[in-house]
Amino acid sequence: MFKKVLIANRGEIAARVIRTCKQMGIATVAVYSEADQHAPYVGLADESYLIGKPRVNESYLNIDKIVSVAKESGAEAIHPGYGLLSENTEFAKRIEKEGITFIGPSADVIGKMGDKIAARNEMKRAGVPIIPGTEQAVESAEKAKEWAASFGYPVMLKASAGGGGIGMQAVSNDEELEKAFEGNSKRAKAFFGNGSMFIEKLIENPRHIEIQVLADQHGNGVYLFERECSIQRRHQKVVEEAPSPVLSEDTRTRMGESAMKAVQALHYTNAGTIEFLVDDNENYYFLEMNTRLQVEHPVTEEITGIDLVEQQLRVANGEKLTFKQNDLTINGHAIEVRIYAEDPNTFYPSPGKLTKLDLPDGPGVRHELAVHSSSEITPFYDPMIAKLIVHAETRDEAIERMTQAIHQYEVEGIKSNVTMLKRIITHDKFKQGETKTTFIQDYYLPTLTNQ
Amino acid sequence: MTEVKASMAGSVWKLVAAQGDQINEGDDVAILESMKMEIPIPSESSGTVKEIKVEEGDFVNEGDVIAIIE
Repeated sequence: MFKKVLIANRGEIAARVIRTCKQMGIATVAVYSEADQHAPYVGLADESYLIGKPRVNESYLNIDKIVSVAKESGAEAIHPGYGLLSENTEFAKRIEKEGITFIGPSADVIGKMGDKIAARNEMKRAGVPIIPGTEQAVESAEKAKEWAASFGYPVMLKASAGGGGIGMQAVSNDEELEKAFEGNSKRAKAFFGNGSMFIEKLIENPRHIEIQVLADQHGNGVYLFERECSIQRRHQKVVEEAPSPVLSEDTRTRMGESAMKAVQALHYTNAGTIEFLVDDNENYYFLEMNTRLQVEHPVTEEITGIDLVEQQLRVANGEKLTFKQNDLTINGHAIEVRIYAEDPNTFYPSPGKLTKLDLPDGPGVRHELAVHSSSEITPFYDPMIAKLIVHAETRDEAIERMTQAIHQYEVEGIKSNVTMLKRIITHDKFKQGETKTTFIQDYYLPTLTNQ
Repeated sequence: MTEVKASMAGSVWKLVAAQGDQINEGDDVAILESMKMEIPIPSESSGTVKEIKVEEGDFVNEGDVIAIIE
């Protein structure tokens, strides 16, 4: 096993990786920016190095600097965490070139999965369901209608050069399509200088369900079931759970097998996640693959009893997986909530100084922390300051446990989303498993205007 | 005279309006950046920008005055 590992990340994930390294007897190296000097993870590591100014491009994204710290400290491997450089092919290539092990898949696979079109094509080839759509621009409304007939309405029209929702419209019949095609094509031409349009099937009111995979360098791979991550604001997840409250055993197996097809086709190694959109009839469609550890990985660890960071280290070290698919079972139910430093009504960030952080304790309660009770939360990074995870025998018990824990969770000095989390967790629709991607809009935002 | 205030703490990423500009209600005066999120700060009234109180790169707290509209 590696003697020393550098963690090219910050916050709760750096602390999380350090914890497992310590348990395995691996020395750790932390890197930090001027803004993170007093962050808990810096003190947890055996060695720490200042790598630059607060802004990420002057510190955590500075490949040269991180590589030079790895060499200076004698680290044999680098764990990239999530975000930052974790899915950067240049970084993965550079590290390997320097003779250091990158704890993740190959640079080639990271590159393929980072390109939306390449990823879609790879999945199609591997036999993973993708959202039916046109692969080339559709030149006329007439042609668009033919495509729509082949997928079935409703469909989504998308300007190929579009962004920020401009040039995008959902339509549910030929007449709407005809109007929308002309209008959006014109608008896209005016905004982006390119009026070409794509069309794909609209997945209505979907859930976001993802499959965790793990594969070694010897051709062995397993899936560690699913995480339901539908509850999101600003396209960022807020509440995640495992297993999904709705998935049938049959669909779970089919999704897991689809994920394994992707792993085999890509010759994927290390931990990864395949995200799917799932409709009311349990049809599922590939959304994207994340070639790294996910923020919400603890819920999978809680229900499988497997330490994913430990597995990442072992796989990167060339070891074989010591368990097979049949050895894995789902044990109970786990829920994670993300604690964000933000206004719970507008979702605007709220940096500042914490004056209090009082955490619930008890059986089945787990914390992942980026801060301590008097941390300064700077405006330079993501607003997530902590994660609260609970595990229990059943979903109802997990919700009960989370309800108690979140009501004891006290954050003062800044605004946080704790009040929002309380409302989500205790909402009848959450208890009923109505966890759709529209949950916040349909069930949380209305509670604000009823105050 | 009305004040345009910051709706969140963060740094001034871009100033969209300048002193002397005529602006309408809802027009953006500045864009703040915090925690990887950019938030436009619109004026709540129409008028002339009498004064811009901040510079690009400045850190502002929630409620700080960014500009004065007359």
